[in-house]
Amino acid sequence: MNFDDTPQEAEFRAVARNWVAANAPKEFEEELSKSSLGRIRLAKHDMVDVGKAWQKKKADGGWACLHWPKEYGGRGATPIERVIWQQEEGVYGKLTQPFQIGEGMCGPTVMAWGTEDAKRRYLPKLASGEEIWCQLFSEPSAGSDVAGLRTRAEKKGDNWVVNGQKIWTSGAHYSDYGLLIARTDPNVPKHKGLTMFFLDMKSPGVEVRPIKQANGMQEFNEVYFTDVVIPDSQRLGAVGEGWSVSLTTLMNERMSIGSRLATGVPELFEFCSNLMLEDGLAIDDPAVRSKLASWAVKASGLKYTSYRAISALSKGERPGPENSIGKLVSGLMLQDIATYAMDLEGAAGSLTGTDEEQANGQFQQMLLSSPSMRIAGGTDEILRNIIAERVLGLPGDIRVDKDVPYNKIPTKGRG
Amino acid sequence: MNFDFSDEQKQMRDEARKFLSEKCPPKAVREVLDGKAAYDKALWKGLAEMGFLGVAIPEQFGGAGAGHLELCVIAEEMGRALAPVPFSSTVYLAAEAILIAGSDAQKQKWLPKIASGEAIGTLALFEGKGNPSPKAIKLAANGGVLNGVKKPVPDGAIADFAVVAARTGSSGRESDISLFIVDLKSGGVDVKPLTNIDLTRGQAEITFKDAKAEPLGAAGEGWGVITQVLDRAAVLMAFEQVGGADRALEMGRDYALDRIAFGRPIGSFQAVKHMLADMYVSATLARSNCYYGAWALSTNAGELPEAAAAARISATQAFQHCAKNNIQVHGGMGFTWEFDCHMYYRRANAVALGLGSLSYWEDALIDRMRKKNAA
Repeated sequence: MNFDDTPQEAEFRAVARNWVAANAPKEFEEELSKSSLGRIRLAKHDMVDVGKAWQKKKADGGWACLHWPKEYGGRGATPIERVIWQQEEGVYGKLTQPFQIGEGMCGPTVMAWGTEDAKRRYLPKLASGEEIWCQLFSEPSAGSDVAGLRTRAEKKGDNWVVNGQKIWTSGAHYSDYGLLIARTDPNVPKHKGLTMFFLDMKSPGVEVRPIKQANGMQEFNEVYFTDVVIPDSQRLGAVGEGWSVSLTTLMNERMSIGSRLATGVPELFEFCSNLMLEDGLAIDDPAVRSKLASWAVKASGLKYTSYRAISALSKGERPGPENSIGKLVSGLMLQDIATYAMDLEGAAGSLTGTDEEQANGQFQQMLLSSPSMRIAGGTDEILRNIIAERVLGLPGDIRVDKDVPYNKIPTKGRG
Repeated sequence: MNFDFSDEQKQMRDEARKFLSEKCPPKAVREVLDGKAAYDKALWKGLAEMGFLGVAIPEQFGGAGAGHLELCVIAEEMGRALAPVPFSSTVYLAAEAILIAGSDAQKQKWLPKIASGEAIGTLALFEGKGNPSPKAIKLAANGGVLNGVKKPVPDGAIADFAVVAARTGSSGRESDISLFIVDLKSGGVDVKPLTNIDLTRGQAEITFKDAKAEPLGAAGEGWGVITQVLDRAAVLMAFEQVGGADRALEMGRDYALDRIAFGRPIGSFQAVKHMLADMYVSATLARSNCYYGAWALSTNAGELPEAAAAARISATQAFQHCAKNNIQVHGGMGFTWEFDCHMYYRRANAVALGLGSLSYWEDALIDRMRKKNAA
């Protein structure tokens, strides 16, 4: 048991470290180091522009999507080398946020299901950040039950014509391409009538509207499709095979190993170390210490769980499903920690001031944003189902709509 | 990075599991549960023969000289099997105290006997209610004899010797505390068994009246040794707790697959699935914290105090959580004497207190994290 690199890993790390030291945009280091929770913003620059410049530089140096094959814009690196790269990229990794959906989900799907021509045309530009991709899966009435989606694609000659609406699409407003799942046959059970496509987001009939979220911010979009034409050559997988194709995408969504999840623990520790209560510092209060300790061991447990996964990767093993616990634990913890920190401030805890007195307003922001952490990328309930079914081997849910033609499934709960 | 046990260590775990599943099935645990024996003597002998009692004791003192990572994997199996033997008190407490503070002669005298199963040892620290604290120690050492009462002493009624924390000064500082070794079969020692919630492991009250005692380590340095022993034992006990938590989770899972209600296995209901998923999460977090503790323990790292507290808290919570929800998954059957669920529930809640309660370790963790942040 040790934390040391193998000689090859150490060599790779040294090369990566030197490259980052020589090439990273150091003018943003301080700003990127500060914002640890939520979406990153740069005070004087557009995040996407700065991100694109960094991603292109990485691609030219052979550090973009480095676990992908070289011919598709990657480096052909091993999974453990990718983890080492992420560690060495450090805070600059935050600049890659606009490309994460493409790299993590759309790219792997094109790689698994696209034609050789499509792969050579689209993947290198996706890897270099020159073209940004988004994912068009969720709909207003199809979230966890995404296979219940309604957006229709109808065949007209060599093309498909799409009508419908998607929601929760991050980055749709700056994306060049989108991965779209649509219903091509409503007369068969829901999983069997779906087909996967990709499309140019500038196509006529595509309208992107920002969503005003519960936390007052606008980070996601709705995307409306009105008679949007997609050539059949942009279909991924067979007609009716869209569900299987989507599983490639979703599996990649949940396999983000080595990515640091925010837990709120360092922030709460710091906050309690400075907060003066009536009888002294908050951190000297036994009740505060007890709460803090319980959260601290969850955070350290997550950290060492990811170390175990990295070790498995290092040995060439496929890490087990224990990684699915990360978001489940950290999402709820963020919400609880925010509530608790505000409770310690008493009546003033409701104030959203961003001065030092209010600890920069970080816990109030965390409180308002944290509900989304428990929903996006698989709700807490879906994640528990995954653990129960795939790790513990418990039976799947009874699905009453499984064998019912899609157009016979009820669409409303009451009346 | 290799944050995992080696293949040899995993092989040792498999061996220990196989051995315990043969020699320590629930039926054997129930012999002690039902009061037919104070502990499982045959199992104790078998553990000695397997080399498990002395796995972390150096060869020169009669042990296998393997190390603490090996002891961790065995501890996990002991917890999983609910082994009704004085393993933790003898190996994690007494042997560790002697390894840390003992003279060569003391090591020669006691460690080979521990490794061979001849001597059962324990640590006599507590004096009634409360958590580990030098202030709580009233038992006095004067002129080579001890006077006072210790309770609860784990496995005190079956132990051959005890490492005893005694007061040798009255300055109000930690340096008032010194350690002694007492042969519990000698004069001036009165042992009274106490009943406790875990019927598979004994507790006792020991009264010392002018009992002859031999100093262990330098006078006035006892509390420092106690702190080290508790940290080391916390990691080892955390592995037992994770072993128990995993077993309780498996029992719950298996029952949920077999038991039919409303025409389907109860494991198909989300309320039950989610309860089991949450048990898995807490057991996994605890295991990962334990691995870090094992690394710190085996390398004597400066991180040990913090790592031990984190492993202890996480494993305590996980075992309690899994043991209580295992009963819940079983429903009424889980509340019968006949089903084994209560044995895990009893053990989980007893070991949660033995080395100091959860709040004690939470307090310790925060202190240690602050120290690290300040450094």
